[in-house]
Amino acid sequence: MTSNRLLFLLPLATLVVMAGFFGWSLLSGRDPAAIGSAMVGKPAPRLEAPSLRAGEPALDTALLKSGKPVLVNFFASWCTPCLAEHPLLLRLKERDGVAIVGVAWKNKPEEARASLAKLGDPFTRAGFDLDGKLAVDWGLSGVPETYLIDANGIVRLHFRAPIGPRELSQILALVKAGS
Amino acid sequence: MIPELGHFALILALAVAVVQATLPLVGASRGDVRLMMLGRTAALTQAFLVVLAFGALTQCYVTSDFSVANVVANSHSAKPLIYKISGVWGNHEGSMLLWALILSLFGAAVAIFGDNLPDSLRSRVLSVQAAIGIGFLAFLLFTSNPFERLSPVPLDGNGLNPLLQDPGLAFHPPILYLGYVGLSVTFSFAIAALLEGRVDPAWARWVRPWTLAAWCFLTLGIALGSWWAYYILGWGGFWFWDPVENASLMPWLAATALLHSAIVVEKRDALKSWTVLLAILAFSLSLLGTFLVRSGVLTSVHAFAQDPARGLFILCFLLGVTGGGLALYAWRAPTLQPGGLFQPISREGALILNNLLLCTLAATVLLGTLYPLFLDLVTGNKVSVGPPFFNATFVPICAPLFAALAVGPFLGWKRAEIGPALLRLRIAFAVSIVAAIVAAVAIDGRATLAALAFGFGVWLIMASLSEFVGRVRRGRLSTMPRAAIGMTISHAALGVVVLGCVGTGAWNTELIRTVKAGERISFLGYELTLDKVEALRGANYIADRATLSVTVGGKPYTTLTPERRMFITPRRQVAETSIHTNLLRDLYATLGEGDATQGWVIRLYLNPLAPWIWLGAAMCAFGGFVSLSDRRLRIGAPRRTRPMAQPAE
Repeated sequence: MTSNRLLFLLPLATLVVMAGFFGWSLLSGRDPAAIGSAMVGKPAPRLEAPSLRAGEPALDTALLKSGKPVLVNFFASWCTPCLAEHPLLLRLKERDGVAIVGVAWKNKPEEARASLAKLGDPFTRAGFDLDGKLAVDWGLSGVPETYLIDANGIVRLHFRAPIGPRELSQILALVKAGS
Repeated sequence: MIPELGHFALILALAVAVVQATLPLVGASRGDVRLMMLGRTAALTQAFLVVLAFGALTQCYVTSDFSVANVVANSHSAKPLIYKISGVWGNHEGSMLLWALILSLFGAAVAIFGDNLPDSLRSRVLSVQAAIGIGFLAFLLFTSNPFERLSPVPLDGNGLNPLLQDPGLAFHPPILYLGYVGLSVTFSFAIAALLEGRVDPAWARWVRPWTLAAWCFLTLGIALGSWWAYYILGWGGFWFWDPVENASLMPWLAATALLHSAIVVEKRDALKSWTVLLAILAFSLSLLGTFLVRSGVLTSVHAFAQDPARGLFILCFLLGVTGGGLALYAWRAPTLQPGGLFQPISREGALILNNLLLCTLAATVLLGTLYPLFLDLVTGNKVSVGPPFFNATFVPICAPLFAALAVGPFLGWKRAEIGPALLRLRIAFAVSIVAAIVAAVAIDGRATLAALAFGFGVWLIMASLSEFVGRVRRGRLSTMPRAAIGMTISHAALGVVVLGCVGTGAWNTELIRTVKAGERISFLGYELTLDKVEALRGANYIADRATLSVTVGGKPYTTLTPERRMFITPRRQVAETSIHTNLLRDLYATLGEGDATQGWVIRLYLNPLAPWIWLGAAMCAFGGFVSLSDRRLRIGAPRRTRPMAQPAE
């Protein structure tokens, strides 16, 4: 009889478990429309691009294997959201000493150079990807996007939007742990 | 003034609902007739007040009263009148008001047509109905007030989502809601029965018409939504396994199972606690659908109001209604008198198989819909569960269901022989085998599974015909109850739907071409010429309209005029497909991007048997209505054998 009674409780128990999940989902603040990244946890793709600066050698994938975490930032001078994150990139370089590789995406090199000259240059090294072919390897959907590559060349973080204070602390936590 | 009257009526309705949810319940347990009769008056008053509120909001929309925030957000003065009216329910607040309206109207219907119910049962049903009403009215008043005023008053509104500005969608929500909300009556009957501690054939007969009515509307509502998706989205498909489509399919499956299991309770006084559980689940799945659409936990084409606060309210409400119902079930159902054992080969055995399979289908859909959400929460992985999953799970479970569905009506109650039943189906069986082989050979040698499904569709139709012819031969047509005629129609209709789905899903042909004016496209024997693409102006949109003249064998056949509309408020592009149907197949054209120099993208589909999907669905619902008109459901309900049940407490 007791097992029979338990059987009648089963629908209620199922409901409670489901409702628990729904409540969790609502309170977790997750965005169901967010697109995850296929890059995280995988080795960084090749990073070969002509240099944005006169007199510097072209970007090379070896840059990502320096034994230290590297931030890779795709930007463009025509991109307004990139302006929003620009001060944070400057801060990351100057205050925290993070190595940042910038790639100007679908952006004429002279325009990208002019923009950096005006706003300040947060990049340790900078290149450009005029036809967007490099961006395909990186799974880029637009600019700005930022990747954190760890000391072993593995992608740890991938942001598909301008970085803000929350992303900044995520980046710093991993950089400190990695170096 | 009018919005305030509406708001006030809504507050009064909530107050009346509180009275209706409590006093008749007390009356029923004490045997106090005066308190029980109060339920009827309260139900009618509540319905009147909600009608008043709904009328007030409609008035605001019709007169484009832009001092009301809801009207500003969802209407525009340049909109045609029909879309001003349909705009009332084309948004979160208004559609919740529609829910509350239909809920209270069903309550009033129970009060009016419930003469044959014992006073105590009717009072309890009305109280439970009002308790659900409290939830919806409180939800409206506290989180989603449709009458909120706006100051300063804007000059014009933001307009209605253009995808909703379509006759198909104007009527899709009200009809679907008649189905969703109609199941609340079934739920109320189940809770009332648990409170009374009695489920018997009389109860099953009383609950059946309400289930049947809700089921008919749900069928029509789903079909209308699918038809709309077919011709407005311009993708040529009719069902996309979108979470919200699934949310409407689950209660439909549960309600279908309930319709069948209630027959077993009625005829054999068995399967009682299962039937009560199904009645609770069917409405719970409707509420789950509401939760999924409005809370923002899933993304879907129906993405409605994505507000976690509202989501939390609905979740609590869902937990209260379903959880309360299931807790009562866990407590009271074990005390229900179990029915007798029965033979596997019998009418009731077939109905149990039907229930098992339908519930498996519902569980499959539930799993496929919620799995991405659970996985995302637990592991952070994003996955999409779509047609491949459902084709691999849902469709195969349909096969035994269809096979058994045809045999069931030939089996007698209590004990039957499978041999004679199969013998009477021999012609139907032979015809379906031939149909499947012909389909496999003639139409597409590769799609053997589609041919098999085609055979199943023919099987359903032929078996229903055999059943009907059998009755005529035995001279029983004049005495044939309408419920039986309705069943035959609906079963055959399911076959028609299956044929339509196979034709459109498996045998369709698609062609995308970029053409300039004057160029020709050859498409499966049709010669299409793009005569011109012209710009035109509608009331609230501008459009490009292509004129494609179609010839067959050099003779003019028809003209297709697909459009691409750019709505002005809000800015959004909508494809207006052009479909030529001869009831056997649809020739379907949409106009894509392009210009005069580059050419225009024209997308063509030939969808064999496509109209049958919706004709079949309409026929299925029609069968339900025929069954609903059965005299037995209205009068002559069996008298309870024992005197009135004792109060539950």
